[in-house]
Amino acid sequence: MPVDRAHPATRRLLAALALGLAATVFVPVPGVAAEPEPEVAEAVAADPQLEADAMELSHKLRCLVCQNQSIAESNAPLAVDLRNQVREQLAAGKNKDDVVDYLVERYGDFVLYEPPFKASTLLLWLGPAVLLFGGAGWLAYRLRRRSVEVAADKGLSATDRARARALLDSAGAQETESPESRS
Amino acid sequence: MIPELGHFALILALVLSLVQAVVPLVGAQRNSMALMAVGRPAAQGQFFFILFSYACLTWAFITSDFSVELAATNSHSATPLMYKITGVWGNHEGSLLLWAMSLSLWTVAVTVFSRHLPEAFMARVLGVLGLVSAGFISFTLVTSNPFERLLPGAGEGRDLNPLLQDPGMIIHPPLLYMGYVGFSVAFAFAIAALLSGRLDAAWARWSRPWTTVAWVFLTAGIAVGSGWAYYELGWGGWWFWDPVENASFMPWLLGTALMHSLAVTEKRGAFRSWTVLLAIGAFSLSLLGTFLVRSGVITSVHAFATDPKRGLYILALLVIVIGASLLLYAMRANKLMGGGSFGLVSRETALLGNNVLLTVASASVLLGTLYPLFLDALNLGKISVGPPYFEAVFVPLMTPVVVLMMFGPFLRWKDDDLVAAVRKVAPAFIASVLIGVGVAFAVDHVTWRTVLGLSLAAWVVLASIQLLVGRLKERAGASASSRLRSITASWWGMWLAHLGIGVFIIGVTMVGSLDRHLDVKMKEGQRAELAGYTFVFRGAVEAQGANYDAARGQIELSRDGKVLDMLTPEKRLYWAQGMPMTEASLNIGPFRDVYVSLGEQLDDGAWIVSLYYKPFISWIWMGCLLMALGGIFAAADVRYRRMAARDAAVASGRRVAASA
Amino acid sequence: MKAKFLVPLLLFFGLAGFLAFGLTLNPREVPSPLIDKPAPKFSLARLDAPEQQFTLESMRGEVWLLNVWASWCVACRQEHPLLVRMARDKVVPVVGLNYKEVRGDGAINARGLSLEAETSMAIERARRWLSDHGDPYQVSVMDIDGRVGIDFGVYGVPETFLIDREGRIRYKHIGPITPDSLQNVLMPKIEELRRAG
Repeated sequence: MPVDRAHPATRRLLAALALGLAATVFVPVPGVAAEPEPEVAEAVAADPQLEADAMELSHKLRCLVCQNQSIAESNAPLAVDLRNQVREQLAAGKNKDDVVDYLVERYGDFVLYEPPFKASTLLLWLGPAVLLFGGAGWLAYRLRRRSVEVAADKGLSATDRARARALLDSAGAQETESPESRS
Repeated sequence: MIPELGHFALILALVLSLVQAVVPLVGAQRNSMALMAVGRPAAQGQFFFILFSYACLTWAFITSDFSVELAATNSHSATPLMYKITGVWGNHEGSLLLWAMSLSLWTVAVTVFSRHLPEAFMARVLGVLGLVSAGFISFTLVTSNPFERLLPGAGEGRDLNPLLQDPGMIIHPPLLYMGYVGFSVAFAFAIAALLSGRLDAAWARWSRPWTTVAWVFLTAGIAVGSGWAYYELGWGGWWFWDPVENASFMPWLLGTALMHSLAVTEKRGAFRSWTVLLAIGAFSLSLLGTFLVRSGVITSVHAFATDPKRGLYILALLVIVIGASLLLYAMRANKLMGGGSFGLVSRETALLGNNVLLTVASASVLLGTLYPLFLDALNLGKISVGPPYFEAVFVPLMTPVVVLMMFGPFLRWKDDDLVAAVRKVAPAFIASVLIGVGVAFAVDHVTWRTVLGLSLAAWVVLASIQLLVGRLKERAGASASSRLRSITASWWGMWLAHLGIGVFIIGVTMVGSLDRHLDVKMKEGQRAELAGYTFVFRGAVEAQGANYDAARGQIELSRDGKVLDMLTPEKRLYWAQGMPMTEASLNIGPFRDVYVSLGEQLDDGAWIVSLYYKPFISWIWMGCLLMALGGIFAAADVRYRRMAARDAAVASGRRVAASA
Repeated sequence: MKAKFLVPLLLFFGLAGFLAFGLTLNPREVPSPLIDKPAPKFSLARLDAPEQQFTLESMRGEVWLLNVWASWCVACRQEHPLLVRMARDKVVPVVGLNYKEVRGDGAINARGLSLEAETSMAIERARRWLSDHGDPYQVSVMDIDGRVGIDFGVYGVPETFLIDREGRIRYKHIGPITPDSLQNVLMPKIEELRRAG
């Protein structure tokens, strides 16, 4: 039950207060009701944990008839049917992978918001890493080369440097006075 | 008659945009002052006619002139006035006109605020902006005329999509478009610089405030859009990695990189070709976003009704604008080498490192967004790429960005000692990790994601404090107020925006880890409990809005026996479209939101009610607000005005010399 | 001009090419993973004789179409005259899968109905519709709750499956059949399957 779980969590959060995070709203004090206690409303889901699992999985499955929504968000009839399928099958003891396989067999990879890793999605899954290492490598190469150029630059004679400076200044590339340089 | 006047004004605006595009560019090439001087009045006249045209369209909406097809399909006589006005951009044609109008507004702003620019440079900037404007106005006129008549006129309109009848939607599109389109200024500056061969520190300095202001608008626009999704879609999600959201996020990432890259170029004159490429890239991604939303190549909740002819037109526009600028880049880029020197360990290196990371992140979002299209085009099957993919890719890419973002400011410009710098930040860094782990245990949610998020947030906050303290200690002996005053606006801007990232991460992590949700069937007088809050259902009443009927639930929110609020979620039925809508009700607090939405009524009279507890969620938008505020500070730095005055003096001196 | 500076331009042209091609594609049409796989087994009540069950076995040895329809489906009306003509000309046997006849209709609140009440309502509605518009089906079966529809990966009505002599799905047509798609796509495939078997 989420409610039960929140309480020990919030008490432990008091420890976090010591770390400087003020979160006074979390602090629970047993309630005192003035009027006769109203009766507790019935939860929609008989089994909250099952419902939470079903919804978590549903958020990762795409509704085929909608523009671009998961079957958890959409109220299209097909989304409702598929959500019920997810619920029923999880309740029958199947695990999440079984349910996913069941849907993929019928509707294809399109239903998965998390595309499977296979030959055709190799570039999709590895692309960001390739870009990252490519970009970092390129930057390292450029910076190294620049520092070599700069070192060579230092070998110039004083008059050469003065001439270069003058050229740069006339091109407007002078170092600008800027507040950040003081930091 | 008025719609025809609007149509005619738009045609005049097109003519003026062509004048603005061609004459100053020719003038700049021939060095003719008279031709260059045409740019400003043309740009201002164009703005006047677009504004007039836009006002005419708005008039058709306000007066419920349903002989105008656009008003008939997007408005209704009973729609509240505010939503009649905003209904103008709640559709493809009207929003395109808004696009053109904000481009024109930016152009006029350039003519007003950048008067100090050299005449030839200004002429080229206006020419480029005029070309883009001509492309978009002609697109509007040829494929998407907003003034199309409906003969015979409709008796009643079909009303604006109820989802868009919301205060958030009043400001979201204008902010977003001002951001998107604002990158056109940085783009035009870059192209003008390439054309003139004048890509130097001054160019970077001129571009910086424009880029920053556009970025502020885009940040605010995205934040408002996400806030709207949060309370309007009825279940409290705030980001969906939908292609259209990605379309606004990619230019944001690249624009962020551009802002920082401009800093390096201004300071060292270095990596100019890279900065130019970012300026072209940020605007290209804005254009690409426009294509994705309006062409129908990708399914999205937010896409406009589509028509292949429109897609083809924008694609042609894209190829001309981006293709020509990248060609120009290829021709001129080898002149952009060199620049001042800086060491391997320096502020410059940190900034460039983060730029590469942001660019990679942006490219990854692009890859994920377009990958289904690639596979489909190659006939390799259909797939969907959604939130699980983007989260898996994005978190590892952004983690180093955040670490580096707070490490960079500790490094000195030009050259620094790595060991000394690491030693300086090590205590804060270690403390952050400890805090992250500690808080994760304290809230009893120990997952790697929670630990990572909290550690990063703690790192941002601690490093920010350390930076500020260090900055204040610099002038030992001075009074506290003079120490504070010695800090420049751009430094505050950087500090606030970075702190905003930390606040944002706290919000994302806490709500992602600790939110609670419960669906209950509630009859009058029944109660439910969630996360220490008590909800008592006090029944549902019928209510009527201007253009809808509603059932309004009354739910008393209390904690520890103390009543906090009466929440009134609604289930609305809009008359014109017969579309049911859930309108959530929120109790917003600094450390948590309580969010309630009303579902269906069951046969036994009970209502399905969804209860949500969202800890720290408003920190997400607080973080965005801090980022935008930081941008405003940075753009408002007195330095730009001082330098502008100097440039103006130089320019007028030249002019005097030239005329003498 | 150095070649490396042309890289962004070339990348962009590649991207633009894909986007141009993307304009010709329909992002809403999802191909079925069931092509060339055995059709999902089912056993459903016949519309004409609800006490009898219909299974795939009874079509073994024939090349046939399974057409998903419902009386509330507007697009079905578009293809229906063509189906009737095909039946008259004995082009190919067509089996109707009447999909969620009652609960699929947004105008009806089916939540309070018992299964029996829903079934008899569905039979009545479906029969009336066929007598009004003509009955092109060799037989129609009732998928009251849409479970068989899910097994076939149905996501919109109408859809039509081409099934071969061994009971394998060979092709799926999404949306209403048009004279054009019948002549240029379905018929060649049907003839090929007939020759093959």
